[in-house]
Amino acid sequence: MDNKEKQIVVTAISLVVIFVCYSLYVYDKYIAENFAILNDFKFWGKAFLILIPVTIVSQIIIHIVFAIINKIVTNEDMETKTDERDKLIELRAIRISHWIFTIGFLLSMVTQVIGMAPYVMFLTLVSSGFISGIVSEMVKLHFYRKGF
Amino acid sequence: MHKCNINNNIRKLRFHANEMTQQELADKTGVTRQTIVAIENGKYFPTLELAFRISKVFNLPLEEVFSFEEIQ
Repeated sequence: MDNKEKQIVVTAISLVVIFVCYSLYVYDKYIAENFAILNDFKFWGKAFLILIPVTIVSQIIIHIVFAIINKIVTNEDMETKTDERDKLIELRAIRISHWIFTIGFLLSMVTQVIGMAPYVMFLTLVSSGFISGIVSEMVKLHFYRKGF
Repeated sequence: MHKCNINNNIRKLRFHANEMTQQELADKTGVTRQTIVAIENGKYFPTLELAFRISKVFNLPLEEVFSFEEIQ
């Protein structure tokens, strides 16, 4: 497994860890005490807005730590250069994850059309965002390993 | 439209060019070593620009580095 593939695996694992930890934190601190908060739009707005910087900062920290550990263990520097193949793989992964998020967005609208509670829409949006992020990394890994 | 395959002689050409390493070729063409590995293994077909860059490194015309094959 080369450095690019390792970085992708680290990104995917960190996405899962950050998402699970953040979800547990929000559930424990806000939802467990008061389930009615699920129908509060302000709560969902705050949850979304905080999730974005938390994910970005955590990803940066995790990648720095990974680069240091990788350097100590393998004595190899991380690959920072991107070329035409990297850009093409990135583009294909973005296209697929975009479609997954679009389907998730449409499903979230369907939940409102059929009269489900607003929190189902938000949960569908969060889930589709998370799934599209993971699929994007998996697609990248697939193309790096199998070629195209 | 028929499927096609683009073969290359990069590995052989590197050997004849003073056993040039994949990293050296990558540096000369401005791509990563992984891309050279993928091209040599037929897992990635380079753009026309990169194909010309590679053939320029070996001072050969493009068709002596890459060959096009149509699969029926």
